[in-house]
Amino acid sequence: MKELVVISGKGGSGKTSMVAALSQLANNPVLCDADVDAADLHLILSPNLKESHEFTAGHTASIDLEKCTRCGKCIELCRFDAISPDFVVDPLECEGCGVCYYFCEEGAVAFPENLSGHWYMSDCRFGPMVHAKLGIAEENSGKLVTVVRKEAAKIAESNGHEMVITDGPPGVGCPVIAAIGGASGVLIVTEPSLSGRHDMERVLELARHFSVPALLCINKYDLNESISEGIRKFAEQHNVPCVGQVPFDPAMTKSMVQAQTLFEYDPNAPACTAVREIWARLREEVV
Amino acid sequence: MIISVASGKGGTGKTTMATSLALSIDRARLADCDVEAPNSHLFLRPVFEPDDTITMPVPQVDEDECTLCGECAVICQFNAIVTIADTVMTFPELCHGCGGCQAACPAGAIEEGRRTIGTIQHGRCNGLDFVHGRIRIGEAMAPPLIRQIRSRINPDETAVIDAPPGTSCPVIAAIKDTDFVVLVTEPTPFGLNDLKLAVETVKILKIPSGLIINRSDIGDNKVAEYAAMEKIPILMEIPYNRQIAEAYSRGEPVVEAFPEWRERFEKLYADICNLVAGSKS
Amino acid sequence: MKIAVSSKGKTLDAELDARFGRAACFIVLDPNNQSYDVVENTQNLNAAQGAGIQAAKTVADHGVSAVLTGNCGPKAYAVLEQAGISVITGVSGSVRQAVEQYKNGELRPAGGPNVNGHWM
Repeated sequence: MKELVVISGKGGSGKTSMVAALSQLANNPVLCDADVDAADLHLILSPNLKESHEFTAGHTASIDLEKCTRCGKCIELCRFDAISPDFVVDPLECEGCGVCYYFCEEGAVAFPENLSGHWYMSDCRFGPMVHAKLGIAEENSGKLVTVVRKEAAKIAESNGHEMVITDGPPGVGCPVIAAIGGASGVLIVTEPSLSGRHDMERVLELARHFSVPALLCINKYDLNESISEGIRKFAEQHNVPCVGQVPFDPAMTKSMVQAQTLFEYDPNAPACTAVREIWARLREEVV
Repeated sequence: MIISVASGKGGTGKTTMATSLALSIDRARLADCDVEAPNSHLFLRPVFEPDDTITMPVPQVDEDECTLCGECAVICQFNAIVTIADTVMTFPELCHGCGGCQAACPAGAIEEGRRTIGTIQHGRCNGLDFVHGRIRIGEAMAPPLIRQIRSRINPDETAVIDAPPGTSCPVIAAIKDTDFVVLVTEPTPFGLNDLKLAVETVKILKIPSGLIINRSDIGDNKVAEYAAMEKIPILMEIPYNRQIAEAYSRGEPVVEAFPEWRERFEKLYADICNLVAGSKS
Repeated sequence: MKIAVSSKGKTLDAELDARFGRAACFIVLDPNNQSYDVVENTQNLNAAQGAGIQAAKTVADHGVSAVLTGNCGPKAYAVLEQAGISVITGVSGSVRQAVEQYKNGELRPAGGPNVNGHWM
């Protein structure tokens, strides 16, 4: 079983539209949406929910004001300024470190586990799908990413699926680190802008840091041909296979508005040819 | 006054709006808090001062003093310290810097070490004060670095914050306690879905907000309908324009590539000031 | 001499759990003896991070000299190594089969972690 994780560094470069299109080209894949913070893949793949699971992670403190003697030790020790002068914990600031809970001599601090979100097992028209929703303003997105990836891998292994295709989160921080560790390969979707290139270089460095093989493709490459050229040269110098480039094509957005993949919306759109070529190269490189 | 520019979905134009808004305010600061993918500097090209290395506290154990009682591991919620055989092992990358182990150690054997989480750079450009942070590649914890950038903003200056995408802890760290949030979205299903999440976040934080619909003609009308339903003022709508997209790709701020836009961004700032004044009265 | 086997269930016929840090439990036994202990690992299943570290600490506290499991990441490996425990990865089948293989000298210690950390 192989797992391809699609990432970009910069958001909005077309990761999710690419994943949806690849889902259709792949032979019976397992789909995994690891952008748990702002999941969008379900908007195109319209999964039928089979199972919903609670996701708990970490703890948040709360102070029982009946028991509290206002000694102030918790406020003094809390490094996250999460406790107000009147001894109320701000759950948004609470890091879940438990220092107040440990040191409170009155036992006035409760420290329950957080219900931080949900993860789902579903079926969609291209195969099984694992996805999740992190609660608003919650922490521990990295752990939820780990959960959905593991569940997707489990399905793939027990039912003989050749590949898991994972829609990754933007950035290079905790959820991205959790999304790429141990993957067979990452596909970096970039766009020809100074920002796109800058963020691509950072996410490539991250993939290298965690020893995950990286492949590159350029979306909307004709928006700025000279930057695209620079990106291809950069990829060559750094031994990153550039597996293709997709022209700017309004069908990309229009298909999304219709909740369809690119191929469902218009199999003859210029972007389709490019995505087919990318898939052929990906199969060679990853499978 | 601090205005933050945020969006659930990435790539909707946060940086475009934040840079042009900051350039349209007399004597402002731009603080780029998207430490994972900082881009504002590519548009503003500030002259940077030397980097400040930003660190977080991590435990440093004096093995001679340690009695291997294991209390440090009991308090640590993050499994960043463990006594094993005749030694103590620490895992600095897992440490959240709460200081619990240090406070709990009965032998006083734990001192504060530091781990580098990234850098902060200050600079100046076109009359703007600029600050941004860059997380070290491989470092997972963005919020402490973002809080450090926030601490560099002078409370009585006007600042524009370029926030990271999403709705989780880095976004909270970037926009919490700001005076106004400009939400940038695009009129597509992804844009709408992620806008709803961003609106929920802003509601939890109780910050007044307004909406910019970027590439306002590429999708459908559902974002505008949602904004009307939620009574979120639409501050600006910008139709798709290939020339703006190309200027963006070259790293040119909209108000510099298209000076006729400056007036619209000045009006945007005036509208925000009015909304903030209204929300406080 | 005792060894620990990561297990999906509480008997010798249970399937070996390929996960070390988030294994359902550990079966701790002396390979030359019929009796065994079940060591719970439930507190680790929901750990936000560092489950492997805690699991390593747990088995070390039971005084084992070897661990049989499927996969072991770098942090757990480092803790086990520090405790002088030999780590054997890539083992599968039932707990009983794994112990038999171990007794017959068919299993070799891993030279290092065999999977990347999840970071978490």
